[in-house]
Parts: sequence; C-alpha cells; structure tokens
Amino acid sequence: MENNKKLKENISIFTKRKQTFTLAFLGVIVLFGLASFITNFNVIEGFESIPKAVVWIATNLVPNEKSWSRLPNILSKLIETALLSVAVTVCAGICAFFFSLLGTRATRINPWIGRIVRFIAAFFRNVPDVVWAMLLLFSFGQNILTGFFALFFTTFGMLTRTFIETIDEVSSQCVEALTATGSNYIQTVFQGIVPSAMSEIVTWVLFMIETNIRSSTLIGVLTATGIGYIFDLYYKRLDYGAASLVVISIVVLVIGIELISNQIRKVIM
Amino acid sequence: MSEIIISSPAPMELDLHKYMHKDRSGKIKIAAKSKSSIAIRLTILVLFVLTVYAFISFDYKNINFAQSVAATWENVKVLFGQPRLTYNSFGGAMHALLVTFSLGVLSTIFGAILAFFGALLCAKNIANPAVSNVIKSLVAFIRAVPTILWVLIFTVAAGLGSVAAVVGLTFHSAAYLIKAYSESIEEMDQGTIEALRASGANFWQIVFQAIFPASLSYMTAWTFLRFEINFTNAIAVGAAAGAGGIGYDLYMAGSFYFDLHELGFITYVVVIAVILLEMLATKIKAKVR
Repeated sequence: MENNKKLKENISIFTKRKQTFTLAFLGVIVLFGLASFITNFNVIEGFESIPKAVVWIATNLVPNEKSWSRLPNILSKLIETALLSVAVTVCAGICAFFFSLLGTRATRINPWIGRIVRFIAAFFRNVPDVVWAMLLLFSFGQNILTGFFALFFTTFGMLTRTFIETIDEVSSQCVEALTATGSNYIQTVFQGIVPSAMSEIVTWVLFMIETNIRSSTLIGVLTATGIGYIFDLYYKRLDYGAASLVVISIVVLVIGIELISNQIRKVIM
Repeated sequence: MSEIIISSPAPMELDLHKYMHKDRSGKIKIAAKSKSSIAIRLTILVLFVLTVYAFISFDYKNINFAQSVAATWENVKVLFGQPRLTYNSFGGAMHALLVTFSLGVLSTIFGAILAFFGALLCAKNIANPAVSNVIKSLVAFIRAVPTILWVLIFTVAAGLGSVAAVVGLTFHSAAYLIKAYSESIEEMDQGTIEALRASGANFWQIVFQAIFPASLSYMTAWTFLRFEINFTNAIAVGAAAGAGGIGYDLYMAGSFYFDLHELGFITYVVVIAVILLEMLATKIKAKVR
C-alpha cells in the first residue's frame, strides 16, 4: 500500500515535470512566433544569411597591401581605446568603492541612505550608454571626454552594485568582529573590508576593463571617436581591408586582456 | 610479544621568530605577505600608472572643461526634468520598445539553442578534448569582436533590417552562453554521468536525464542574464547600426532632431522597461530554483 502510494507520487512528479516542460516549450514557441511577427524576421532568410556572410567575410574582410599602410593609425587609436577603458574603469572603480560603502549593510550610515545609494546605482546602470553618449555629444563634441564620461556613468552604476554585493557577502562577519573590538569606521573599512574584498574587487575591475573596450567601440561609432569611428569610416568608404585590420586588432587586444586578467585572477583568488 | 616503544614527543619549541616578523622600527608585522596580496598590489599599481599615463596622453583638443560640464548639467536637467514626445507618439514608442524586446527574444532563443549543443561539444567532462579546444578558441574569437561590429558585418551580407540585427546579436549571445553553459556542465557531479554510462545509457539519454536537469537552474539564470544584455545590446545596435526599435528612436532624437525632451522621454521608457525585465527575471529564476 505504502509503496504503491509512493510510486504514484513519484509518477505524478514526473508527469508534472513533463507538463511544466511542455508548457515552457510551448511558451517559448509562442514567444518566438510573436517576436518574428513583430520584427518581420524571416527564419529562412536568417539562416541563408549566415553562409552568405561567411563567404562575404572570407572574400572581402581580409587585410590587403593597401590596408597595412593604415596600421600605425589603427594602432594609435587602439592604444587610445585601451587606455581609455583602463582610465574609465579605474576612476569609476574608485568612486564606486567609496560610494558603495554607503550602501552595504555593514558600513552604511543608515538604511535610508543605503536604499538611496542602491537606487542611484540602478539608475546609472540602466540608462543606456548610448543616451549618455548622445547627451555628452551636445556639450563635449567629438572629444575623447565624451566617450570617457559615457562609459564612466554606466561603469560606475555596474561597479557600485557589484561592490555592494561583494562587500556584503565577504566582510559582514569581520566588520562585526572589528566593531566589537572597538575599531572606528575608517579602521573597519581599511583593516576589514579592503583586505577581505580586494581580490573580488580587482577581479570585477579587470572584467569591466574588458567590457569597456567592446562598449567603447560602439560609443566610438556613435560619437565619431576612437577605434569605433575609424572602423565605421573605413567600412563606409568600402575599404574593407583596413576595416578587417581594425577588427583583428580589437580581437587581439580583447583576447590579450582576457588572458592577462585570467592569469591575475588565478594568482589572487 | 615485541615491545612497542613509544617515543616520547620532542619538547615543543615555539620558534617565535619564525612566525613573528618585525620591521626596522621594531613593530610586529601583522599582515602576511602572500603571493596573492603582492599580485593584487602590483595589479592596482599598474592600473594606476596606466590611468595617469592615459590622462596625460589623451588629446583633449583644447576643450573648455568647465564650460562643457556646465552645458552638460543644463542638458541633463532638460533630459530628465522635461521629458516630452514631439516626433513620436506614445503608441509609436511602445511599438518600438516591443520591436527591441522581440529582437532580444529572438537572439536569446537562437543563442540558447545553439549554445546548448555547442556546450555539449565544449564541456570538458563529456566532450572530445580536441573538439572542445577548437570550439573554445572559436568562441573566444567571436566574443572578442564587439556585437556592433557583427551587426554591421551582417548588415552588408543580409541587408539592413531585423535579420542582420538578430543574426549579429545571436552570434555574440551564442558564444557567451556556450562559455556559461559549458562551465555549468563542467561543475556538475561526475558520478551521475558515470553511473548512467555504466548502466548503459547512450549519449542523448545522459544529456537529457542527467545533464539537462542538473544544470537547468544555472542555464536559466544565465539565459535570463543574457536576455537582459541582449535587450540593452538591441537598443545600442538599433542606434548605431540602424536596426530599428527604440534604439533607432533614441538615435533619431539625439543625433537627427537634436531634441533633448524626446531623448529624455525615450530614456525613461527604456529605463522602466529594463527595471521591469530585471524584476521579471528575478521572479522566474526564483521559480526554477
């Protein structure tokens, strides 16, 4: 009797799981159909475009002799982009660290300020960098500072949130211990939080540097600065050889940074 | 019976100097210098030096910084303080938002399907190591190219429109999800796979009876995270590659009509949509777990 009942329960678990899966599957199909209808997306055309694109890339998007002469120009823009994303991430990281101290459970001054800090971080994170870029284009023009501030605001929002989460996760106990032994706010921060959360914080900063290189390409296309701009320029002039050289140089830079930060992560974690 | 000799333990000597270091002034050093703390300090130092060098090397084109900041502040006040639609209707903005949402949905679905099979070929515990390495390098390459460049490249091959946007966004999301999925497959308990293999299950049975149920919650979490990224990417791509949707409206308002009021309104629409999506994703993730 008992066994039979258990068996029935087990079977009902399986049928229930099956039902949920079927429902989820149907939901995805309906969503897919609706989305295709709204965007006029044609699945067949989509699949056809991939081999076409691959052929096009293989025939056109290869560097030729003429494009090598543009290499110095491309490299100088590439270095500028790399330095820009490092500078943006470091500045935003410093600001975000001190700002996030007001938002963590362990170090906030009172819960209301904590809530306000989280709200401000959510605001900066969710306003698209495209909007910042266009807004700053009005006042700063085609300047490197346009890209700098556009990336700064979103990076600041992102890092504030992750720092708050990291500090809450890592250091709530040591903050309690330090407070119990009578250390003051500054001592708590620099003897408790900084040492325990630093490796995570550095990891996040490295990750954001990598992300910002990609984002700065996009912002470059929009605001006519940096590496994004010269890609757009060569691409629209149909100088595909030079454009491909830009792509390759970005790939090398991003993978290089990824490898370096993986090595650093391995040592510090 | 042989006698068991138990040697008495050597007297404990606490070699204080081995553990306690003093610096020159006689202060006891309390923080141990490990490899990791040195690496952290070195990384931070290098980043600071690079930042300072960056600010020195930038070409500022003699910009009047104070004036620009003041102008920016005025613009921010207009943007967020007086949002108003002039060129777009509210319905039009909602439709554009729906288009962007759909671009995000399509590229996430395609990306997730591709990534599921890609991850099976890529996860170290079930795949052929040679195939796994090839796919991992390919994925690293695809991820290194910014999404916007993929979309621009596909725009030439497939023409301007949703196809180029979806395929371009899919490329990047598939590569991202392959990495995430394969890592969650690699994390799962090897014993389950071995047990199924020993009882004679074939590859697909292992996949659907062990791997899929075990990593489902991780995969759902990653997929929703990617959906949020795809939504913001769809906005960006709409603005920079003319792929339509709310991003294109943003671009038109900002760079064509120069209308800060309109830009502000659309920004509010986008921000509210993103926050709602985040809340929805958190709810669904909590249900799957």
